[in-house]
Amino acid sequence: MDIIKNKAVVPDEWTILRPAPDEAAERVVVPAGKVIVPLKVWQAQHAGLGSRAELGVWLASDERPEAVQGELEKFAVIAVDFPRFTDGRGYTIAYLLRTRFGYRGELRAIGDVLRDQLFYMQRVGFDAFVPRADKDIHDALKGLGDFSEVYQASADRELPLFRRVQREAWLA
Amino acid sequence: MYRYDQIDHQIAAERVAQYGDQVRRRLSGELAEDEFRILRLQNGLYMQVHAYMLRIAVPYGLINSAQMRKFAQIARKYDRGYGHFTTRQNIQFNWLKLEDTPDILAELATVGLHCNQTSGNCMRNITSDEYAGVARDEIVDPRPYAEMLRQWTTFHPEFAYLPRKFKFAISGGEQDRAAIAVHDIGLSVVRNPQGEVGFRVLVGGGLGRTPMLGTEICGFVPWQHVMTYVESIVRVYNQHGRRDNLYKARIKILVKALGIEEFRRQVEAEWQHSKDGPGTLTQAELDRVAAHFTAPAYATLPPHDAGVAELQAENKAFANWLQRNVKPHKIPGYAAVVLSLKKTGVAPGDATAQQIDAAAELADRFSFGELRISHMQNLVLADVKKSDLIALWEAATAHGMATPNINLLTDMICCPGGDFCALANARSIPLAKAIAERFDRLDFLHDIGDIELNMSGCMNACGHNSVGHIGVLGVDKDGSEWYQVSIGGAQGNDAAIGKVIGRAFSFQQVPEAIERLLQVYVRERLAGERFIDTVRRIGHEPFKEFVYATPIAENESLNGEAYALLPKGVSYDTPFYSPRF
Repeated sequence: MDIIKNKAVVPDEWTILRPAPDEAAERVVVPAGKVIVPLKVWQAQHAGLGSRAELGVWLASDERPEAVQGELEKFAVIAVDFPRFTDGRGYTIAYLLRTRFGYRGELRAIGDVLRDQLFYMQRVGFDAFVPRADKDIHDALKGLGDFSEVYQASADRELPLFRRVQREAWLA
Repeated sequence: MYRYDQIDHQIAAERVAQYGDQVRRRLSGELAEDEFRILRLQNGLYMQVHAYMLRIAVPYGLINSAQMRKFAQIARKYDRGYGHFTTRQNIQFNWLKLEDTPDILAELATVGLHCNQTSGNCMRNITSDEYAGVARDEIVDPRPYAEMLRQWTTFHPEFAYLPRKFKFAISGGEQDRAAIAVHDIGLSVVRNPQGEVGFRVLVGGGLGRTPMLGTEICGFVPWQHVMTYVESIVRVYNQHGRRDNLYKARIKILVKALGIEEFRRQVEAEWQHSKDGPGTLTQAELDRVAAHFTAPAYATLPPHDAGVAELQAENKAFANWLQRNVKPHKIPGYAAVVLSLKKTGVAPGDATAQQIDAAAELADRFSFGELRISHMQNLVLADVKKSDLIALWEAATAHGMATPNINLLTDMICCPGGDFCALANARSIPLAKAIAERFDRLDFLHDIGDIELNMSGCMNACGHNSVGHIGVLGVDKDGSEWYQVSIGGAQGNDAAIGKVIGRAFSFQQVPEAIERLLQVYVRERLAGERFIDTVRRIGHEPFKEFVYATPIAENESLNGEAYALLPKGVSYDTPFYSPRF
């Protein structure tokens, strides 16, 4: 499957594990290979999964980034799920992972991920995106370039516009 | 006022391209309506009863004559020759086609206007005091801060999909004229005892289904820190505001659920991470933005004008207008003038293209080319020489914008209601008309004096009914429209939420119910007491008792066509993509 990573469409080897909601986290079978497991599965199977060479974890929008704060180096990928694109909690989760907890690995947006949200997602720190399966990934890629300048600081820009650029003065 | 620099223009141009492409993808079917709806709302585009409605931002209500003329052009070219000014100091056009909206956006951008975040669950257009910069009681001019806040909120990447809409209001006077207590965040610019500038911050106010007044979360945030402080508030809200129930999703519900102490604790904890960080405002940035809001080249004038005094003495109509529509100004010899958009028979806040052009012309002739939109849905020329008042009055009269009724009963706030709005339960414009006609006697109105009658066609309370001295709220009961009447609401420093007086009235009964409320006021008032003061002094009971003492007859004359809902679907091309048709 292809994903968008670092502003390009690239093949991807990771599998996102989405167990049924009623499945007990400790009983979920995590296949071998590159798997992104739900936070609850990671927490329930810490011992077994901790020894894997490569592991990813994904957070639901109602889960807290603090839950992985002390173990960020264990993950090659952290994904944040957008159950609906209008659920904006994932933006703050990403922002906190990047700017407050110092996560530097791949940060992937999964779920209801659409072209018109990609620019904002990139700004808060996502560098990988799995657009919704029914959408054209090459079209979605264009969403990353909607704006060439921004006002605020975020995960992508440490400084707000007024500290980065000498803006034109208005002379009355 | 603020002028775009190259960067503002560039961002605006990129926005036009982005939105245009979104519309193209909707029309081609690449975007489903469910996906597009959220995008178009963030651009202020609603699908209403008849057509698409576009809400254009007038940031903090400040506008120049070229921008006003653009509204008139849009009204003529794309709409039906008029626009509607709103309680959020914006303008709405009611009869648009989706295909035209990208062109409209492009035309707006040529004069530095946009529709960014005028709807949707994001940080909305910021409102402020229509007398900013000229009010005598002003402590600090709020406009530079409002503009910095505008830039900070524009396309903020983290807060575009909040649980619910999020509104800021900012005021810089001793008197609050921006209704800051009924906003998600209300800011008043204040000075501390050392003379330093900062903000008193209210949080969790709002109208709608559960009207609440904001609570003070911080008495003084130094101005440099205001952006990081409000960012902390919004970040806490984005994470913890309810998303399971639309009606409980505003920040007011979160603040109430946590209690202000706990909410404050969470905000302060969050703030520790960003305080003194790069988001801290700099003196250089404040100076740069404030330079756009320096005082115009005022002349040195005598405080009074003899010609005005003379005409005032001999012409009752002019005297009435002076009394109601002309407001004090901090500079001697100047006044602020309200152009009333509340002429009886016209929907409150509506202005024709000719009136919009005329207002722009008056701004150029008399007020340094600038205007303000007031949240009371009128226009304000803020810098008029007193010696120009007669000429201005004559011109405003000729264009139907000199009705001497500011802050009187007929200066109603009114939402579009059932005639236009897809959310409404009831008509509001026809009821405003019926009420205005009933009380359209100038001596009576002046005798009743200052009173705020606010009307909304549904719970969403766009017509600010909960803070009206008299509030009228359209409700649906078993598929028919009824109106709840409340009294005791107020905006400003003594903001209060009104209380419903009793069972609801039919459309045909409401004017009589209001008449009875006014009769109680006239009977009970002390000298100099406003309606709201009397309500506060004697309580609701005497009003309630009198209004319901005898049955109110249905006023059959209000059943006529003149008050009927606009017929649906007439002479508007039904778009195939419209979910409504």
